This record gives sequence, C-alpha cells and structure tokens, in this order.
Amino acid sequence: MKIDVAELLDRMSVELQKNITAEARENTVFVGVHTGGVWIAQHLHNRLANPFPVGELNIAFYRDDFSRIGLHPTVEPSKLPFDVNNRHLILVDDILYTGRTVRAAMNEIFDYGRPSSITLVALVERGGRELPIKADIVGTRLNLAASEHVKLFGPDHLRLELCEAKT
Amino acid sequence: MNQLDEQERLKHFLTIEGLSRALLTEVLDTAERFSPVGERAVKNVPLLRGKTVVNLFFEPSTRTRTTFELAAKRLSADIINLNIAASATTKGESLTDTLRTLEAMQCDMFVVRHQNSGAAAFIAKKVAPHISVINAGDGRYQHPTQAMLDMFTIRRVKQNFNDLIVAIVGDITHSRVARSEIQALSTLGVAEIRVVGPKTLIPDKIEALGAQVFNDIETGIAGADVVIMLRLQQERMNSPLLPSAQEYFQSYGLTEQRLKLADKNAIVMHPGPINRGIEIDSAVADGPQSVILNQVVHGIAVRMAVMSLVIGAHAAGTN
Amino acid sequence: MHLCLAGARVIDPATGTDKCTNVYIKGTRIVRVGRAPQGFTPDQTICLEGQILAPGFIELGAHLREPGFEYKATIASECRAAASSGFTSVCCTPDTMPVIDNASVVEHIKQRAHTARAARVLYLGALTHGLQGDVLAEMRALKDSGCVAVTNADCAIRDTAVLRHALAYAASCGLTVFLHPIDYWLNRDGKMHEGAVSTRLGIPGIPEAEEIIAVNRDLTLVEETGVRAHFCRLSSARAISLIKRARRAGLPVTADVALSNLLFIDRDVGSFDPNYHLRPPLREARDRRHLRAAIKKRDVDAICGNHEPHDADAKAMPFSLSAPGISSLDTFVPALLSLVEQGAFDLNTAIAAVSQAPNDILGLSGGALTCDSPADICVFDPSQKWTVSKDTLDSAGKNTPFLNQTMRGKVTLTVIGGRIVHNTND
Repeated sequence: MKIDVAELLDRMSVELQKNITAEARENTVFVGVHTGGVWIAQHLHNRLANPFPVGELNIAFYRDDFSRIGLHPTVEPSKLPFDVNNRHLILVDDILYTGRTVRAAMNEIFDYGRPSSITLVALVERGGRELPIKADIVGTRLNLAASEHVKLFGPDHLRLELCEAKT
Repeated sequence: MNQLDEQERLKHFLTIEGLSRALLTEVLDTAERFSPVGERAVKNVPLLRGKTVVNLFFEPSTRTRTTFELAAKRLSADIINLNIAASATTKGESLTDTLRTLEAMQCDMFVVRHQNSGAAAFIAKKVAPHISVINAGDGRYQHPTQAMLDMFTIRRVKQNFNDLIVAIVGDITHSRVARSEIQALSTLGVAEIRVVGPKTLIPDKIEALGAQVFNDIETGIAGADVVIMLRLQQERMNSPLLPSAQEYFQSYGLTEQRLKLADKNAIVMHPGPINRGIEIDSAVADGPQSVILNQVVHGIAVRMAVMSLVIGAHAAGTN
Repeated sequence: MHLCLAGARVIDPATGTDKCTNVYIKGTRIVRVGRAPQGFTPDQTICLEGQILAPGFIELGAHLREPGFEYKATIASECRAAASSGFTSVCCTPDTMPVIDNASVVEHIKQRAHTARAARVLYLGALTHGLQGDVLAEMRALKDSGCVAVTNADCAIRDTAVLRHALAYAASCGLTVFLHPIDYWLNRDGKMHEGAVSTRLGIPGIPEAEEIIAVNRDLTLVEETGVRAHFCRLSSARAISLIKRARRAGLPVTADVALSNLLFIDRDVGSFDPNYHLRPPLREARDRRHLRAAIKKRDVDAICGNHEPHDADAKAMPFSLSAPGISSLDTFVPALLSLVEQGAFDLNTAIAAVSQAPNDILGLSGGALTCDSPADICVFDPSQKWTVSKDTLDSAGKNTPFLNQTMRGKVTLTVIGGRIVHNTND
C-alpha cells in the first residue's frame, strides 16, 4: 500500500485551517491520542504554526476493555499543559476504527474541564464503527476487511502499513 | 507466597518479599501515570467503575484506611469500610465466616489490615479466586504499599537507587514498614541499608535481610542520603524495651543538629503519624529536607497503581 | 491363644537381637523368640517375611483431648490411631478439661480407654492443681490411682518457689516428674524460634535462652530435691549439652526429643505454614543436627511423637493465632524410617528410642521381647508406600505437614498383651 502521509497531512492542514477560519475560532489547541495521534497532532500543529503546546492523551485509564484485558502497559501519562475550559480542542487520532478510543478520549478530556468545542481529526478512517462517532476532517478513507489491520509508524518518516491481523 | 499469576503479574499484593526489581519498577512507573490524575479538575478515572473494594480492617487505622479509600474512589470503585473488632475473630470460624459473607456480596477486592503476621496471605489463600487481596499491614510482617510509596518518594527526589545510603531509625522489631522497606530497598539495589536503634528494638539476625545494625544514631545516619524515621508506639515507651520517651528522643530523636551528619542533600521520611519531640524534632519534620507530606500525596497514586494492577491481572487472568 | 509371628526381622534393642526369626506368644506374654517351645501349637501363624518386628512403641506424651476437647479427638479415636501406628502404650498428658489432677478424672479416662480396646493408656498426673502453677496437685492420690508420672505439661510454672516445692513433694511421693523446660516470661509472647526466620516473618520469637534458662533452673532443682526427673521435648543444641553435662556429673535425669524437632527446622515454617507451628518451637539446622547426634549417641534417651491432634479450625488461622502441634501418630513410623534412611541414626537406635527407652523412663516391665514379658509388639513393612490424606489418617487430628505426601513404611500388625489389635496381613 502506498500512501503519502505527508501529502495527506498537507491536505488536512489546509482543510483544518479553513474550518478554523470559517468558525472564527481562537485559542484552538491540539490534543493527540497516544501514540500515533500525538505524532499527527504535532505535524498539523507545526503546519498551522499553533502557539500552544500539543496536549497528549493516554486513554489507558478510560478504556472500556480494562475488565477484559487489564491495565495497558504504557509508561507516559496524559499531559494537557493548558486549561481546557472554554477552549476549542482539535482532537487528533491516527486511525478511526470502532470509535471506542475517541469515546474514551472525550471522557478523559471532560475530566480536565469543559471545552467550547471538539473537532475530531483522523489520518485514516476505516469501516467498522461501533459507536456513533464521525471525524470532521479525514486524511483518507480505507475500505478494509475485519481481518486487515492498518498501522501508523513514526515518529520520524510517518508511514502507514497494512497487514493481516494476527489471530 | 502466592501473589503472582502464571504470567508473573501481581494478582494480590501481600509482600515485597520475592518480588523482582522489574515488578517493583512497574508499580512505581504505574504510580507515575496515576500521579497527574490527582492534579486535575476531576480527580477520578473510570478504571474500576463497577468494582467493589472492601477495606477490611481488623486493627484500627485512620490514615491508611483513608488513603486506600481515596485511591479506590479516584478509580471510581465502590468502597465499603469494615472495622472488625479483634475480639470478634479470635475464633477461626468467624474469620472464615466473615470472608464468606463478604464474598457473597460480590466484592472484587479486600484491603486487609490485621494485627497478625501472615494474615493477609492467609486471607488471600481463603478467598474465592476472583477476589484480589491487598495487604494494608499485617502484624510485624509487611506493609508493602507503604514501602512502595516510600520508594516512589525516594525515586522522585533521587532519581535512582544505585548509590544511596538509607538509614531506618527506630523500632525495627515491631515494624512491618521496616521489613517491607528493607526488602524493597535491597531489591531496588541501594548501596547500603542501615537500621538504627537500641538493641531492644532491633530484631535478631536482621542482617540476614541485608541491613547493617547501628546502635547509635550519629554513626547510623552519617553520610546517609535518606533517613527514614519510624513511629515509636505508645506502648513501647515506659516498657521493658525503653525507659522513657524523653530518653529515646535524647538518644535517637532526629534533630537538626544530628541531621547535619547525614548527606547535605539527605531527605527525611516518616510513615506517620509523627510523634513530634519523640522520634523527630518539629524543626526537622517541617524543615526543608522533610518529604513527609509528599509521602502522603504519593500514597494515593501508589495505591491506585497497585489496585489497578491486581484487579487488571485478575481481569486478564479470567480471559 | 497361641500366636506365632513368623519370619520377620526381629529387632529388640534390649536383648541385642537383630535377626530373622519367629516370636511365640502364649496368652498375654511372649514365650520364646527363636525356635518354637516344646509342644507349642499355634492357633494362628502370621507370616511376616520382609517386615520388621519390634517391641511395641511407647508414646511419652500424647494429647488425647478427652475429657473436654472431644471436638478435636477422643480417647477412642486416638487409642485406635496409636494401635494402628505401632504404639502399644501412650502416656496421656494431663491438660484435659478438667485437668488430670485428681483420681476421678483418671478413673474416667480409664473407663474410656478400656472400652476403646486399643493402645494401653498410661496417665500423667498434673504437678499442680489445674496446671495453674499455684497449688500442688494431690500427687499421692494420683499415684495411687495409677499415674505413672506427674507433669505440668507445657503450662509453665512461673513461680520458681512453687516449682521447687512441687518437685520436692513429688520426690517424697516417689513419683517421676516429666519436666517441660519452659521459662514463662521468655516464652509468653513467642510463636516460633527467634532467629532469622522469625525476624523475616515478623513472628514474635522464643529465644534459645528461654530453654537454656529453664533447663539450668530445673537441673538445679532436680539436684537439690533429689526427684527422679525426665526432661521432655528438648529443642536446642545447648539444652542437650546441659543434660549431657549433668548426666556426666552423676545426675540420673533422662530426656526425650520430639520427632518433629528431629525432622524439621524453623525454615520449614516457610510462608506461615501453621502445620509447623509447634511447641517447643522448631529451631535451627545446627540444633537439629545436635538433636539427631544426641539420639545416635544415646545422650538423649527417647523420641516422642508429641501427638497433638487438632480440629480443622484450630489450624485454619494466621500462624500466630493457630494452635500449636502436629498430629504425629499415623506418620510416626515412616517419618522415623526416613531419618534412619538419611543416616541420622541406625534402625536399632531408633527402635530403642521409642520402645526400650520410654519403658525404662516409666519404670515399666515391657519394652523388650524377652520370655515372659508382656506381648506388646509392633510390626511394620519398611517398604510399603502410602499417601497421607484425611482418609488414611486414623487420628481425628488431620494437622500434619505430611498431608498429601507419599511416605514409605507402614505398621501392619500391632499386638497388645497378646491380643491382635491391628492387622493388615493376610
């Protein structure tokens, strides 16, 4: 699979800027979901020359599969180095699939405060949604079978790879 | 002690004894992840939503019980406090019966405090397999979460354990905190562990656990990077073990003067509650080198970490 | 009844016998070891080839739990367990409820033992009233009702003056005193031997000094009062050397150790296993080595089962709250054989320590396979394997660390006074 991630990012940043301007939003801040979402958020943040630091969400404590698989062994805690109250948040994830990650991320955000709005940005949107969640800005849409997996590699030279899910 | 599952994950947290450095580090790292939660507007996460934790206290304790309660609440668990008078369980049937009754209430975790060494392990062996047990202090044996929050506090300040000299001062004989700490420090690889106190408060062959014995505080804390003062229980004063609180303070109390003998960047710790003027001078307890209040704050994150790790291991183990 | 026990390896330390031969019994007594007496026609012959025949074992201190603690065990259950474990006599400790401190309790136990029709029961009377350590027990009456010795069991007498008077009074009654050397104050809070293990586990310790002080005190008082004394359940190397020294100086004291103290050490407590919660406590490897050597060199006379059956609840507790003791009768023979196999001492010494030696300590007329001695005999198959389980234990007490283990050695025949009370041979 050949997808030029940089090209997608260019397109997304243009669209995002248009969106921000249209809504006349100030004080927008980027929040990426660990780990791929943070990379994408960082790139978009740079392209848009956003003055605020990028927030990082590690949704391990908000996952709905804890009672099945236990605590995820990640080290980095969430970092939102700004007050989320009355801010316009741009929530960034790499792959939008079931929608459960975004659900968890939004729950976590609201435990930090009450943002004015959340715009959802995803590099890839694939089928298989289990929750009523839809991205506002999408890099590309892929039609994948349940057995197929798409994964973002980074943080330098971002690239997407398609593989068969391990069973 | 059977606190690990087949994948070497903690399914109970009963003792520091026998745990690997990797596992202790995992507990500390997990606590680091929970630490920022306490600084947010909403201080709880939904991790243990729907789980029921029982604080099963056979021995009175406000402090430890409260931090466990707070930790459970921050994980969105339901928590029940049960204080069981010792007299009600002097017969074995009733202890077993108490456990059966609680199990029937569909609890997921027991946080156990008991006056007898080995009681938490005993309860862990007795309970139904879906229940996790956390030792909140059993007799003179262990107080593993206290030791871990102390390790967390030390790591926060000193970054790593390798070159540290740690002195634990006071009643080692009756202290479960000291036993857990010595084992944790030794596993995490500190350079030197010292226990300091009169011979009446130092147990036989403590050297076997990896500690050096000092009977006077001046040499005991000389050059130390960490000084941990233990609480002297009321019943030890004016006893065959010690003539008086005053004489204890004169011989072993941590004063500013004495603290100068330790490393200049030494930190002072105390598991609390503090007896001011008995084991520690107020000037030291409230002084710049004291991290006693940090310990309390860290206690919540460490207990959140331990609770989610053991319940997580149970969750993963049943699937 | 004429009985011929044929072809076993007959070991009788009293006569120095160790050969494969026959034992002939007529009525209640042994009539010959070797060739059949003239005109002896056996009513029954039991072929015992490959097995070992020895004088019946004598247990110096079993807690039969009756009266008062029938929920743990009864005289009937424990006498049957004793018999099927090769014990032809058991000394019952006086710590029943009520205490064996008067003749009527002795009569009661006698009655129960008689109906059990298993091992003989020998009575150990109390040294002080209610074992309280304050008032002397009616020792004369206890002696007249058949007590073989008096003891305060493991209820330490705090007041040394009381102990001194009790020993003096027992001496004037001509009674042997079974002394458990305990210093009340050093023993009071302890639950196991004080050392590296108790320190690691945070279990209050019983220091070695406790036993040493008590043995020294007791030896001094024994010497002064002239009482005939037997030291029970010594546990430390230093206690052994004190006894040795006293004997060498001419003091006629005897001593025993519990089989558990020959088998286990404090490290076996491991992670709070209440089955290793014992009185006296399990001490260190060095102590065990000296205890074994003392049996080998006969510096200590006897090995005792120190049988303490418990109900399940008594052990279903955190270590310090659990009741001390091992239910030892059923596993006694295989455990003893395991020590022989490990080279602790030889088989003849082992058998002497559980038959001849206790017999002599109690001043009885058995403990040997001589002509006209009582036909109290134990036969065991040293190679028979069996698994210890709640079902295979005859004792009502299932509190043994051997539970679920496979052991080697099983008693197949017990004869008491010429009567077969246990037989699994064809």
